[in-house]
Amino acid sequence: MDILILLIPLSLVIVGVIAWIMLWAAKNGQFDDLEGPAHSVIMDDDTPPKPNGPAKP
Amino acid sequence: MSHSPRLADAPSFSGCFHCGLPVPDGAAYPIQFEGEMRRACCRGCQAVAQTIVDSGQGAYYTHRTALPATPQQAEAELAQLGLYDLPEIQESFVRTETENIREAALILENIVCAACIWLNERHIARLPGVLSVEINYATRRARVRWDNSRIQLSAILKAVSDIGYIAHPFDPGRSDDIHKRERNTAIKRLAIAGLGMMQVMMYALPTYIATDMTTDIRLLMRWASLILTIPVVVYSAWPFFIGAWRDVKRRTLGMDVPVALGIGTAFVASVYGTFSGRGEVYYDSVTMFVFLLLTGRFLEMNARRRAGAAIEELVKLIPAATTRLPNWPARDEEQVPVARLAVGDHVLVRPGETLPADGAVVEGDSAVSEAMLTGESLPVSKTVHSRVVGGSLNQASPLVVRVDKLGADTRLASIVRLLDRAQSEKPRIGQLADRAAAWFVGLLLLITVVVGLAWYAIDPSKVLWIVVSILVVTCPCALGLATPAALTTATGRLTRLGLLTTRGHALETMARATDLVFDKTGTLTHGRLSVRRVVALGGRTENEVGAIAAALEAGSEHPIARALRQDRPEGERLAAYPSRVLREAASPAVTASGIRNTPGRGVEGTIAGRSYRLGSPRFAAAGAAPPAPGGGEYPENGHKHPKNGHKHAEGHESGVALADESGPIAWFALADTPRADAAAALAALRQQGLRLHLVSGDAAGAVRATARQLGIEEWHAGALPEDKLAYVNALQQQGRIVAMVGDGINDAPVLAGAQVSIAMGEGADVAQAAADMVMLGSRLATLSEGVALARKTQHIIRQNLGWALGYNLIAIPAAALGYVTPWIAGIGMSASSLLVVLNALRLSNFRQPADGSLKAQDSRLEAQEASP
Repeated sequence: MDILILLIPLSLVIVGVIAWIMLWAAKNGQFDDLEGPAHSVIMDDDTPPKPNGPAKP
Repeated sequence: MSHSPRLADAPSFSGCFHCGLPVPDGAAYPIQFEGEMRRACCRGCQAVAQTIVDSGQGAYYTHRTALPATPQQAEAELAQLGLYDLPEIQESFVRTETENIREAALILENIVCAACIWLNERHIARLPGVLSVEINYATRRARVRWDNSRIQLSAILKAVSDIGYIAHPFDPGRSDDIHKRERNTAIKRLAIAGLGMMQVMMYALPTYIATDMTTDIRLLMRWASLILTIPVVVYSAWPFFIGAWRDVKRRTLGMDVPVALGIGTAFVASVYGTFSGRGEVYYDSVTMFVFLLLTGRFLEMNARRRAGAAIEELVKLIPAATTRLPNWPARDEEQVPVARLAVGDHVLVRPGETLPADGAVVEGDSAVSEAMLTGESLPVSKTVHSRVVGGSLNQASPLVVRVDKLGADTRLASIVRLLDRAQSEKPRIGQLADRAAAWFVGLLLLITVVVGLAWYAIDPSKVLWIVVSILVVTCPCALGLATPAALTTATGRLTRLGLLTTRGHALETMARATDLVFDKTGTLTHGRLSVRRVVALGGRTENEVGAIAAALEAGSEHPIARALRQDRPEGERLAAYPSRVLREAASPAVTASGIRNTPGRGVEGTIAGRSYRLGSPRFAAAGAAPPAPGGGEYPENGHKHPKNGHKHAEGHESGVALADESGPIAWFALADTPRADAAAALAALRQQGLRLHLVSGDAAGAVRATARQLGIEEWHAGALPEDKLAYVNALQQQGRIVAMVGDGINDAPVLAGAQVSIAMGEGADVAQAAADMVMLGSRLATLSEGVALARKTQHIIRQNLGWALGYNLIAIPAAALGYVTPWIAGIGMSASSLLVVLNALRLSNFRQPADGSLKAQDSRLEAQEASP
């Protein structure tokens, strides 16, 4: 049981680190758009423009 | 998620390759896609699809989950894009980073699914000179950075319109920042509470179940829990304390009071217990309670924010720039930003342009659509001295307008103000729904005080623990979860039915609604003209004359022209004819030449060597009376003249005549038709015991006709936004609970003022922002389903509260007698919560019983409610 004396403070430190990461992520705009990235990840540019096609701007 | 209802009624991709509408016979707009030839319905769709496919973004067509709108080539608008490059116009919405690097915020229109976002993002990013582009799916807004020496803003906007979308620059302004900060704060609070809850629970569980835990470890865990709970209580739970303080100051009993009391006392008692080493700690209950409540509030805030974003977009109704005639009546023109206009200026408004301000016409003769502002479905004719309203759309010919009112003085601004006021008054009305909860809270507090006093007399050292255990054991389940769990489930179910709830109280109020007030145009009717009847004379078929009329009106954007064009291959006549006949008649493409348009009267042109006239009876048929049952007359510029007594008696139809050299050959009767499901939906609502009203800005004839057709007895015509609000307020004064259904900007104030309101999904964004619910599929039947579900939800909530009451009847005496230890409180709390949640989940499979059994179900419901 003595190991708890080390583990409990350690868990507090880890929670602190996670909390810091969460706050940083919120501040950094990671939660601004919760839907778009989920969709955009499956829609990659698999079909490059045809080389002979008129590449409109 | 938000797009799942769209997924459910999966779009059919059988028609036009781009927009899915049926492809007219004889239309030849091919598109090459993945080696196959696809068909488009019009040149607009073809151009857009070609641009998308050619630029290598054809994947859009395989990924999209909803169909886009048919692109409309508004040439006038495209020509105006160049104005956005002028520095004086850019100054309001463009941020200049260095000399050439600029950044602007854009509102994107016509975004319907995630693939649209992808397409726009890729398309804009490929433009040479664009440095970065970011599109937010939730808000449909884009942020673009570009190098002004290599590309102009107008080219970016043009590129967006090339692929069928519309981009407006806008000034993100202050409110956007405030909302973003609010949301960020909410996320941080939620994150802290969530982490705190998980870790505190990790310490709490061993102390409940361990048998051999030493006092040191127990103490260490208490201290660790305390450290984790401090930020949760001080930071995450802060809004509850603020809310409770506000309630106390206002002398009301909201939900925040017991919540704050529970959190506060439990925390203070736990801290005392930790320091003194005596008594119990409740850190796990505190953190869990805070997290669960914050989650509910966060979800509610998100839904509301999404709806609210539309209000700011009202400003886009007013164009950014306009054409000023500085030396009127001389014709020298100059382009100026609307912000630089002054009262007394003369502006030139071309057809297709939006009026920049309120004013009076000084030159010209045109038809102006005020549909966005007044709900009036037909354009209004404007001539010299007529008053025009900023935000309305000039449709027929150029007008010179003298500016009378600008900015905050305009009618548009006053509607926004009305909306703001009605919205700020809303919470007060919404609070009435909390009355039952307030009683419960009051009773609970009273019991706590009585028990506290009793124990003070018996054993003062135990008072604190007893009081805390009462508050902890009762609070979370009974008040925190009984209602939200049911509401959340019902809201989810309702969204799948096609009714999106944006405000928390909507369901509760909807269940108690006694009166349902409808707007007419766009709500009960489609909001656009369609051909009701065709009378062909002289042996011609209806299809023949229909084809001729459509050909003559091919180039016009007048609502009557649109009706004659669109209604041709389909409509009610379809059923009357074998499809073979229809196909044969429609196959030869009829085109007219030498089309001449006489504004306000009609159109003439030549088809296959014969000349035809189409328009008002006076114009086309030399005043001949239409055959019975006659329509009215071709409205001058589509304008009805209620003052002159020209009321269209039957069904409010507009009559249009078609004539060749020899005389009239056909009559068309046009009207704004009710939605196909309106009558059935209203009947179902009436069966549910609701009183129905119709309040519309349209003229009396049209409103009466619709009311009679749909069996609505109470109707009110010619209502301005203020009148509608007054009508609803009058009903509210009589103690009725009013649900309002509307769609237009003119409905926004009354939507905000009614106790509960539903906006049509295809209606104006502002109306949706003001409403508590949005009807996504515009299927009126969802209304009665919604009411039935709301009543069922109310029933479940009562069951839950009943259960909570029963639980408390056991728990409170036990706690009052001092028998409740933290682990008993924990089990009691979880068990009661679980039961409440499971009960609420029954709502997720809710299905409205068939019409016949509705009444029976209702009376059963009432009987159950009468005896809780």
